[in-house]
Amino acid sequence: MTAVRGTLQNTDILIQNGKITRIGKNLPASTGARVIDATGKYVTPGIIDCHSHTMLSAINEGTFSVTSMTRIRDVLDPTDIAIYRALAGGVTSANLLHGSANSIGGQNSTVKFKWGHPVEDYPVADAPPGIKFAMGENVKRSTSFAPPGTPSRYPRTRMGVVETMRDALLRARDYKQAWADFRAGKTKVPPRKDLELEPLVEVLEGKRLVHAHGYRSDEHLNLLLLADEFGFRVATLQHGLEAYKIAPEIAKRGTGVSIFIDSWSYKLEAYDAIPYNAYILWKNGVNVSINSDSDERMRRLNLDAAKVMKYGGVPEEDALKMITINPAKQLGIDKRTGSIEVGKDGDIAIWTGHPFDVYSRVEMTFIEGEIFFDRAKDVQMRADMAKEREMLEKLDVNKAPGSGGTPPAVPKEKRRGDRDDAEYDDGGNE
Amino acid sequence: MSSRFKVQSSKLLNQFLYLCLSVVICGSISSIQAQNDGSEQNQTGRAGTFTIIGARIVTVSGPTIESGTIIIQNGKIAVVGANVSIPGGVERIDGKGLTVFPGMIDAGTNLGLAEITQGVNASVDVSEIGTMNANAKAIKGINPHSSHVSIARVNGITTVLSYPTGGIIAGQAAVINLNGSTQDEMAVIREFGLVINFPRVATGGGFGGGFGQGGPPLDFNEAVKRRDAQIDELKKMFRGAENYLRARDAYAKDKTLPYTATDLKNEAMAPFIRGEKPVIFTAERERDIRGVAKFVAEMKLKAIIIGGQEAWKAADDLKKNNIPVVYTNIYSLPVRDGDPYDFLFEAPAKMLAAGVKFCISTGDNGQEVRDLPYQAGIAGAFGLSREDALKSVTLYAAQILGIDAQLGSIDAGKIANIVVTDGDILEPRTNVKYVFINGRMIPLTSRHTRLFDSFKDRK
Repeated sequence: MTAVRGTLQNTDILIQNGKITRIGKNLPASTGARVIDATGKYVTPGIIDCHSHTMLSAINEGTFSVTSMTRIRDVLDPTDIAIYRALAGGVTSANLLHGSANSIGGQNSTVKFKWGHPVEDYPVADAPPGIKFAMGENVKRSTSFAPPGTPSRYPRTRMGVVETMRDALLRARDYKQAWADFRAGKTKVPPRKDLELEPLVEVLEGKRLVHAHGYRSDEHLNLLLLADEFGFRVATLQHGLEAYKIAPEIAKRGTGVSIFIDSWSYKLEAYDAIPYNAYILWKNGVNVSINSDSDERMRRLNLDAAKVMKYGGVPEEDALKMITINPAKQLGIDKRTGSIEVGKDGDIAIWTGHPFDVYSRVEMTFIEGEIFFDRAKDVQMRADMAKEREMLEKLDVNKAPGSGGTPPAVPKEKRRGDRDDAEYDDGGNE
Repeated sequence: MSSRFKVQSSKLLNQFLYLCLSVVICGSISSIQAQNDGSEQNQTGRAGTFTIIGARIVTVSGPTIESGTIIIQNGKIAVVGANVSIPGGVERIDGKGLTVFPGMIDAGTNLGLAEITQGVNASVDVSEIGTMNANAKAIKGINPHSSHVSIARVNGITTVLSYPTGGIIAGQAAVINLNGSTQDEMAVIREFGLVINFPRVATGGGFGGGFGQGGPPLDFNEAVKRRDAQIDELKKMFRGAENYLRARDAYAKDKTLPYTATDLKNEAMAPFIRGEKPVIFTAERERDIRGVAKFVAEMKLKAIIIGGQEAWKAADDLKKNNIPVVYTNIYSLPVRDGDPYDFLFEAPAKMLAAGVKFCISTGDNGQEVRDLPYQAGIAGAFGLSREDALKSVTLYAAQILGIDAQLGSIDAGKIANIVVTDGDILEPRTNVKYVFINGRMIPLTSRHTRLFDSFKDRK
């Protein structure tokens, strides 16, 4: 299932040096190529999740409402087991975003899940940079109150959220002007480099994609109007549970929408969410992707795409696009991934049956031609791990307390009088 | 005379039209108001005698009938079979190309007890204050007009267990059909099982279903002590109720004995202590499940476990004590990093292989109960046969709830909770074409279809 040129039967795919080099019938395997027999199986592009917090060791810098200086790239944890579980669901790429506590959360990271590789290998090098904006209940801190004795954080209403964004964008515009004036020789002293405003200047210049969290249609529309005011395009409305109410306005601006297929009613602003959202947006010509926002849900995005066919009747290939090429376009990585075409990265998943069939499982997941999930190998490894565990449990140091084992020596921390935090922390925790 | 009559008649007609109009207007106003206050009128469908002709009938209890007929009459399945003569005066439904299933049963939800869980506390009635609430009854908190009711049933779920949470003894669960204007109209079993959050060894790990969530990590030995203290407290609650009941019985027989004032909480314990009704324990981990089995044996209870991540590991104890499992963890992540990625997908197949009686449930508080078939389907992708996957959300659930004589399969004489689809009911691409609950044909409308209709053509 190519996601862009229909479904080809009994077809071979040749992947060389990480790229798909040939697609056709009875391709001769080049020497040294590993041949994988997928007779009777289905092959899809690797799934792309356009909204994820997987492998992040921090999500919200909640002290201010505008924290555009913070970078997801700095908090990637390549040992998060959720990466492997996502691969086992056929997911190869993800848009890793800040949370939604802030009006402007910070800079995203578009990654490929190269489990086992060093963290430097995860970010997609040529992916355009992005930034998280957010509106609604989370931003105005509806359900998370300030601890007693501390002031509530501004903003606390949807009115304040829009003004916070407008203020930040205006400051960015002034900052940009200040640099332009300096470079034109109109001023003598260069402006101080501002890490908060630099990424927002990129937003104004259309060089940084805005991924905007929100639920209600009115607040999404207010953001689109704000973007009109400042002359940039919002790349994606994230969640957009009510986007169906303003589908024509979204379509007109070329903004994408990345939604949950059918989550709803978990909070007030999610009460008008309907599973027909994808269909109405699709019918209006909006680029729609289906995301997970969850380590759990990420493993079954194929079934979420299947539901698009049920709720409204989107055709099969367009439903598949919503978890492959559509999110790739939203993230600006569609030249390299998101479909099975010659010249693209070898990011694919092999399934035991149709990927929209509930009884299907992922057999193998590839990124750039490298196997990152192989069910047969996984099952084999379980037996090996069970053996290892049994062996370890028999070791003297691992015997239960009181059953005759030697207790392991616990290293003691050396206490230093000159430690910076000595007066605050006597517990020995660094 | 005739002109006067005319006038009168037109007056009457006007009054009639006015009445119709006001009904329409009131109807639309009330539906708008209903949307605003978070509840709505779940239409109760219409009664009748319905015949589904020439459909594939998956009876679940017996062989599938490739082309058969079902007659629904007086709320029951009157006839089902391959060769059925159709009486006159019945409403005919062409079943060609369609498949008939028993309505699905989700035996572990809080449906109707919470409309919007996060940030709208006024709509949440799941957990009562205090550790001992044996007299709290879910049936008294369920909102028959919750939008979750129609959302679940239009996807083929027709019966659920809805249970309270919180404290140690949380209260009594109810088994309800997803149709009715009042709680009593919905009830299959008004007061079913007593829900107990079984005390667990909690060191701050990720297992749910009990105490100790949150807070700093605890030393293991300390956690065991706390668990034991909580089990002692639970035992005291049981012993206290036994003593209360004994004193009440004694006084009833001999009025010279001291009178014991009525205690609603202790009074409510009676059918559960006597083993007449089941106690539902929430438990996930092997050692906690074994702890439940030990408690059940000691107290001589009839029991069910909700949760059951590692139930297959404690199969011997569960079988010995006849404890079935309502498994609620298909949409959960394995707790330990080292667990296989499909650890919780495979658990139903492992329970089946180990001989543990089980059913599959969403464990959801209402809005996602409609995903029940897909959760069973995923278990079907990981070791469970398709037949058993279907049974795990129909007949097996009915058996665990003790309602299999009335529900859970398509057999003559059972309550007509029936779903007609255009394919395998466990597949996400399948469409539900008809739903019958208690023999009433349920409209396939919901909050979602109404919003869809309002906005689908907006230009």
